[in-house]
Amino acid sequence: MTGEIKHEWPLFEVFVRAKRGLNHVHVGSLRAADHEMALHHARDLYTRRNEGVSIWVVRSEDVVASGPDDKDAFFAPSGDKAYRHPTYYSIPDSVPHI
Amino acid sequence: MSDVAGEKVFAEIIEKDQRIEPRDWMPDGYRKTMIRQIAQHAHSEIIGMQPEGAWITRAPSLRRKAILLAKVQDEAGHGLYLYSAAETLGADRGDLTRRLIEGRQKYSSIFNYPTLSFADVGVIGWLVDGAAICNQVPLCRSSYGPYARAMIRICKEESFHQRQGYELLMTMMRGTTVQREMVQDAVNRWWWPSLMMFGPPDADSPNTAQSMAWKIKRHTNDELRQRFVDMTVPQAEALGVTLPDPDLRWNADREHYDFGAIDWSELKRVISGDGPMNAERIARRRQADEEGAWVREAAAAHAAKRTEVRA
Repeated sequence: MTGEIKHEWPLFEVFVRAKRGLNHVHVGSLRAADHEMALHHARDLYTRRNEGVSIWVVRSEDVVASGPDDKDAFFAPSGDKAYRHPTYYSIPDSVPHI
Repeated sequence: MSDVAGEKVFAEIIEKDQRIEPRDWMPDGYRKTMIRQIAQHAHSEIIGMQPEGAWITRAPSLRRKAILLAKVQDEAGHGLYLYSAAETLGADRGDLTRRLIEGRQKYSSIFNYPTLSFADVGVIGWLVDGAAICNQVPLCRSSYGPYARAMIRICKEESFHQRQGYELLMTMMRGTTVQREMVQDAVNRWWWPSLMMFGPPDADSPNTAQSMAWKIKRHTNDELRQRFVDMTVPQAEALGVTLPDPDLRWNADREHYDFGAIDWSELKRVISGDGPMNAERIARRRQADEEGAWVREAAAAHAAKRTEVRA
């Protein structure tokens, strides 16, 4: 056997909608030759017990993600905007339904 | 991120009992340990299809055949969840399969024993999957996020595996004398190998301390083994079988069952490749890989051709 690793099939990320009304949620990955096969494999692998009513598959290499190192710089702008939260505003207890 | 800063963030996440995620900084040792553990676990699920798979064509009824097919399919699924988790650490599943086939990575020693009668299918569900559940439930809180999430999925499905096995055995125990003897014979053969599934005793398990510090493992091998024995004894009584250990008895002081000495030389022998079925299991896995190669290549060629047409 040669030392070369053959990447026969690309990697896909799988997202499943558990039931109507919910978002698709990432559940894992799998390898498949193409998108159609990825969908079939995702059905067999991730929904053997009615775990889903809809599946998305996305080529893993097409996912663009923020890195953990970006955390401070990337998410900091929301940290100093306390006025975006309802608790920022003081309203007397006597005012109903607000 | 520098290694010093990375180490600090990593230690804080572990300390706060939060999860490490794929793109986080992690020590090389953690990554290597995680890949080794997840790969070994994935290989066990894949090789674990063989002992029971051998009985699919000989299942005694359509109901039992459908159950067994579903169970073996689950084992394949568990292997794939785990390879998926390993790939988040930079491992490649083709490479992992090659390492398995070439004997460079291990799988659970339990699958190197033969399944001699249909009662073995029931005993594997009851004892082997029961032991696996003991091992795996704490792993749902393992510090590596993708592994912990895979384990949650797996544990949900293992419960079906254990219950179908126990129900199968209850059915056989209500049958003929010969059937009851088959169950007892299978219990006699699988009991000690099941206890060995928890690994060497703590004193002889060099990786345990580091794995506990990293919160990869939550309990020691001996703690989990004791838990399994305590759970299983009343189940054996309810079933009407005898566990093959004359030293097995309730210890009121410890509030645990005492059990006899395990033959660790057997575990060492089976792990190092000299169990009854090691060669056959690997040969079968290699055969499946080699005979499936043309299908994978054809599917890849078909996909490439269709992409060309579309462009």
